[in-house]
Amino acid sequence: MFNYYFGLAIRSLRRNIVLTVLMIAAVGVGIGASMTTLTVFRAMDSDPIPEKSRQLFAVQIDNWGPNAKGVGTGDSEHLQEQISYIDATGLMNARAAHRQSAMYVSGAALTPANPDVLPFQVQIRAAYADFFGMFDTPFLMGGPWSAADDKGHADVVVISRELNDKVFSGANSVGKMVNLDNHEYRVVGVMGSWEPVPKFYDLNNNAYGKSAEVYLPFTRAIDGQMQSWGNNNCNGKVGEPGWEGRLRSECVWLQFWAELPTAADVEHYRVFLNNYASDQQRLGRFTWPAHTRIRDVREWLVYQHAVSTEVRILVLVSFSFLLVCLLNAMGLMLAKIMGRAGDIGVRRALGASRRAIFGQCLIEAAVVGLAGGLLGLFLTALGLMGLRSLLSEEVTRLTHFSPADITIAVMLAVLATTLAGLYPTWRAAQVQPAWQLKAQ
Amino acid sequence: MLKMTHLSKAYRTEVVETYALRDFSIHVSEGEFVAVTGPSGSGKTTFLTIAGLLEEFSGGEYQLDGANVRGLNDNQRSKLRNEKIGFIFQAFNLIADLNVQDNIDVPLRYRGFNAAERRRRIQEALGRVGLSARSRHYPAELSGGQQQRVAIARALAGSPRLLLADEPTGNLDTQMARGVLDLLEELHRDGATIVMVTHDPELAVRAQREVHIVDGQVVDLAAQPRLVATASAAT
Repeated sequence: MFNYYFGLAIRSLRRNIVLTVLMIAAVGVGIGASMTTLTVFRAMDSDPIPEKSRQLFAVQIDNWGPNAKGVGTGDSEHLQEQISYIDATGLMNARAAHRQSAMYVSGAALTPANPDVLPFQVQIRAAYADFFGMFDTPFLMGGPWSAADDKGHADVVVISRELNDKVFSGANSVGKMVNLDNHEYRVVGVMGSWEPVPKFYDLNNNAYGKSAEVYLPFTRAIDGQMQSWGNNNCNGKVGEPGWEGRLRSECVWLQFWAELPTAADVEHYRVFLNNYASDQQRLGRFTWPAHTRIRDVREWLVYQHAVSTEVRILVLVSFSFLLVCLLNAMGLMLAKIMGRAGDIGVRRALGASRRAIFGQCLIEAAVVGLAGGLLGLFLTALGLMGLRSLLSEEVTRLTHFSPADITIAVMLAVLATTLAGLYPTWRAAQVQPAWQLKAQ
Repeated sequence: MLKMTHLSKAYRTEVVETYALRDFSIHVSEGEFVAVTGPSGSGKTTFLTIAGLLEEFSGGEYQLDGANVRGLNDNQRSKLRNEKIGFIFQAFNLIADLNVQDNIDVPLRYRGFNAAERRRRIQEALGRVGLSARSRHYPAELSGGQQQRVAIARALAGSPRLLLADEPTGNLDTQMARGVLDLLEELHRDGATIVMVTHDPELAVRAQREVHIVDGQVVDLAAQPRLVATASAAT
């Protein structure tokens, strides 16, 4: 009977084009608005590294004490979001995790070997060799540098695919040299496409921005006195001047991540971290009890408010709008179905049960939902194009409409419209054939 | 075929209870052509809707083709209605956006016949009412008499045991009405059981037997059957 009901639905919708267009438009506009915001929300709220998000932990150490002010956006527990160089060095030396890396964002001018190409700025991430294994970064050519390179402060780099295309025209650049701020570095690896959204490992610095173009050993970056291009916070105390002063200060400017594969590893690391902070207290550096925290990727995104409250409110508003659109569609459906009460009475007289009428009208509602969903997809595409033209490149990266999003949009439209159609459909099934026929 | 015993139908509001049928008894045998007559508001249409299982009754018994219909749920009543009863309405009640063959197809769909069987029955029913050439026409393209013949074809297509006709010529001019009545008589001669509600005594005489209703009660079950159909067939 499905095919029969489907055919009847098409006939019925063609019978009153104006009403049909209004219903489909109501559903389509609602779906378009809600899916546009939902697409952005889902991209912002998605798990950027689902296979490992429960094993990777951001590390926080309170090195300012309970009286510090303006700790950061996620300061509900009065903890800094980044750590100092002193603590980064201490944690790296301890090697208490399966893998770990201190890191920060920097930059330099890259001078290509080809004299015809002008120098240009590149974004650099200084990290340890564990960074690549810990975050499962893909490699097109070569691979990461070694722990020995970390120890030896080696002049080696891993470059992004984009940079390799730009400087080496996509050829295998492993073993070749790149010049950064007038210093030569040997390429050991070319990364494949790796753009976690949001950039969970450094939410302080352009959370929805692109990944770095160059990666080099943290130890080499410190040697080269490469300044942080990211967020620096010194709690109002600038400390000693110069690079060495920065390294000895309590300024927080480094991210620190640890890979802890098992629950036992997590527990051990917590204990280790508290012991580390307690040691600092014993040494007289901290005058307060140990206050540390580790959070996995999901917890870190929540703590850091990766999805802003405004976006959540916008999603709520757009879904409320969808509800209003569906209520409109429901009213139109009710009017349409009640206008056909005579036909329904005849069908009942000819042997249609209430269930059959219910099924017929529900399929009609689903067809409206399907058409509304397709219109909604079109409007969502328009909405996302609008966002791209209005907003920054970072937000543009969020506005991909995946096959999963298309499925969600169409299913949401069909489901929501079918639900909205339940009441009109129920009313249709309650049509008393005797009254209809007597009335005629 | 159709047996109602002491049947009643009351419509209740908060303050008043009105009986449309009261202590109503009728027995229609298989193959009979019965006319149900009476003035407006006498309960003729209520009788027809109850007989057609379109409405429930308040009291008494009703047996259709040997089956007691009291207590049947909506699905069972719909199935019984679809299989046993064919309706012919005064206003034809064709579905405007379905063509002739799709209109006739409606009860066959609910019956669950396959496509080939439905096609065969539609052709046969259209042939019987002389409208084979109009199968693709829409109701609005047909005359009143043709529309009523389509309605009759739709009623016949499912091979029902009982045809219920509510003022079948009420919306037709004299010539078209005669054609429809001739068709009903022909069906009766072929063995159909027909119950026709009418307020027109001239139509009632074409039936085999007349049942007169006044104020929801049968007041005169005609003792002498009028074998009009048989007589007309003989001439």
